[in-house]
Amino acid sequence: MIDIVLTDRPLDITNCINAVMTPAAGGIDVFIGTVRDATKGRRVVRLEFEAYEPMAISEMKKIAEQSTAQWPLHKVVIHHRTGILEVGEVPVVIAVSAAHRGAAFDACRYIIDTLKQTVPIWKKEIFEDGEVWVSATP
Amino acid sequence: MVVKILAFGVAKEIFNTSQLSVDMGGKSAIGDLKQTLELQYPRLASLSSYMVAVNNEYAGNEVVLVGNEEIAIIPPVSGG
Repeated sequence: MIDIVLTDRPLDITNCINAVMTPAAGGIDVFIGTVRDATKGRRVVRLEFEAYEPMAISEMKKIAEQSTAQWPLHKVVIHHRTGILEVGEVPVVIAVSAAHRGAAFDACRYIIDTLKQTVPIWKKEIFEDGEVWVSATP
Repeated sequence: MVVKILAFGVAKEIFNTSQLSVDMGGKSAIGDLKQTLELQYPRLASLSSYMVAVNNEYAGNEVVLVGNEEIAIIPPVSGG
């Protein structure tokens, strides 16, 4: 089971965990991204997320499918936010269930690492004295 | 050939719009599109990198356009 969601509404972490529960699983691994209050010493006021929605969804689906091909997983959930997020809010939740923890840990890390490289979603950091699209320039 | 492109993130700010038409002259490959855009918008070339997506898939410079595709400029992604 693969469940991909891109939404401008707050993510429900408990719902993501419940969605991957199954009696066949021996463990669940969860990654929760949170909005940090500073980058390189500059205070972050908020983040703004923008997505190329149809492609972002298809790229997240690809990553989930790659992870189920590579590891023996039961269920995979990837939920990502768009819009304005304040410090402490949750832009992304990834939950993976598997019979054994090794596969769940490895797949969860693979999914977040790959998402950050390939999924067309962008975040702008808003500081007290300026703003910057993350990773845009060298 | 004239193609319509979508722009996101910092690319939207470089073009000052989220949708624009680009006249590629007699050319039709993604590499030509990038060259045309970089001449008109030099800031594009100063990004860490950027990709072009055709019909929601990343496309290499060699991909040739027919003109009715959905084309998007994808600056460095930063989700998560």
